[in-house]
Amino acid sequence: MAIERGEIEKIAELSGICLSDEEIGQVTERITEILQMVDQLQAVDTHDVEPMANPLDAIQRLRPDEVTQANRRDAFQAIAPAVDKGLYLVPKVIE
Amino acid sequence: MHTKSVAQLVKGLRERQFSSAEVTRAYLDRIDALDSQYNSFITVDEAAALATAKAADARLANGTAHALTGIPIAHKDIFCTDGMRTSCGSRMLDNFVPPYDATVIQRFKSAGAVLLGKTNMDEFAMGSSNESSFYGPAHNPWGTDLVPGGSSGGSAAAVAGLLAPAATGTDTGGSIRQPAAFCGITGLKPTYGRVSRLGIVAFASSLDQAGPMARTAEDCALLLNTMAGHDPLDSTSSAVATEDYSATLGNDLQGLRIGVPTEYFGEGLDTATGECIDQALKELESQGATLVKVSLPHSALAIPTYYIIAPAEASTNLARFDGVRYGYRCDNPVDLRDLYSRTRQEGFGEEVKRRILVGTYALSAGYYDAYYKKAQQTRRLIKQDFMHCFEQVDIIAGPTAPGPAFALGAKSNDPISMYLEDVYTLAVNLAGLPGMSLPAGFVEGKPVGLQLIGQHFGEARLLNVAHRFQQATDWHLRTPDAAAGGAR
Repeated sequence: MAIERGEIEKIAELSGICLSDEEIGQVTERITEILQMVDQLQAVDTHDVEPMANPLDAIQRLRPDEVTQANRRDAFQAIAPAVDKGLYLVPKVIE
Repeated sequence: MHTKSVAQLVKGLRERQFSSAEVTRAYLDRIDALDSQYNSFITVDEAAALATAKAADARLANGTAHALTGIPIAHKDIFCTDGMRTSCGSRMLDNFVPPYDATVIQRFKSAGAVLLGKTNMDEFAMGSSNESSFYGPAHNPWGTDLVPGGSSGGSAAAVAGLLAPAATGTDTGGSIRQPAAFCGITGLKPTYGRVSRLGIVAFASSLDQAGPMARTAEDCALLLNTMAGHDPLDSTSSAVATEDYSATLGNDLQGLRIGVPTEYFGEGLDTATGECIDQALKELESQGATLVKVSLPHSALAIPTYYIIAPAEASTNLARFDGVRYGYRCDNPVDLRDLYSRTRQEGFGEEVKRRILVGTYALSAGYYDAYYKKAQQTRRLIKQDFMHCFEQVDIIAGPTAPGPAFALGAKSNDPISMYLEDVYTLAVNLAGLPGMSLPAGFVEGKPVGLQLIGQHFGEARLLNVAHRFQQATDWHLRTPDAAAGGAR
């Protein structure tokens, strides 16, 4: 299946990735190739086949709802690009 | 010193033939002298390594040593290391110094092993040649114009070049086994959930698994004994009991049934590589194993299935890299949207962006059923193929890769041909099975890997078969000339 340039622009936006005009052209071509390759799957009869999310069909284990980890905010914020008074700083969101 | 296996080093340390400080110093010197050729390490902290080695010597002296105490081990730069940069081969994490250790790292530290350094890898483990690394490709010690394979290419090159006695890797679609094959070493991808994923930078969470890379199956068993086991901090880690993987290495192969899948020996397999595999199978047969022709009819679906599932999971996992909490941040963002999208444009390389875009597409409204759900269904068909085979056989054997290592640059502009490199390894991850690669010969001076695939939690059996094979062959003992002739 060929993919339109406009669709790549939309996916790039959903992915939170800025692409230059030149990149969009290249990416469109490459992704079209990849989608053509994966399109082989469409010919497979999967009627009644249960989708498999985990290779061991394991289910999420639960644990008691107890606090098990110490607060390490300072250590985590020490590696952030910009913090102030315990808050992560980002560009102004509300005008 | 540097030609010794881990098992030999363990013995030598116990018998006081040498100290951990001496062993560690010897490897650091080799890294210093030779890694400019291989580019197998991203980060080495000599002082920290030597300090750990001294502490290990104290443990060896006072009788509190574990089997791996004092053994230098290199770790793929995907394992978080407290206080030491963990780049994942990406500009995005070039400045990332984790505030905690991955469970695997913590287990090796408790055992008293020495952290020799962090090895080069394809960016976010996405690649089969190590060429997508932000730090430049690692080079294959069997020919520095050859790729070492990927994504754990640095670990494989370091072990093959005798810059480390053993290393860790991770394998999402072949990333331990294929570089092990290309570099002529032994590598094991355990069953999904056997080794904790806590603190391993996530790529595709239903496929990722960490494992050992070393020169022998015996050494892989020693490392796996430390790595394997339940971790309450990883909800997908298995509670199935571990075994002593060293205990059964010597068991004979009498009565072992080895499945040989027709689909792994067809079109696409290099003839000379296929001949090496045939010879290897004959060796196993001569030790009492029976070869049984089997079929994995959905094999052709492994690549398309994987290239939906893995990018879909990656697009979700890599959403966390936003320039806010850690890692790379673009300069002068004008607003929040710009901060996210430019950070990700500049921080991620080409292949990573491509996979995020494909994954986002496969998961997006209107395409989810056609791609992601469909792939989850074909994934079950692929797993069922293996389950049917294992009703007749104990293990499955075939080539690890369709051919030996290719030249640097040969496939870097053609993603699809790169994806084909993993044609025999991807299905094993999709089915969650353990798989390993071991040296089985050479084609034009380039190593060939034999792949063994086991039943869920059948690591001990795989290591046993590999060990018996290595008792009768010497492919795993061959070393590249450059390494043999390097600094002593």
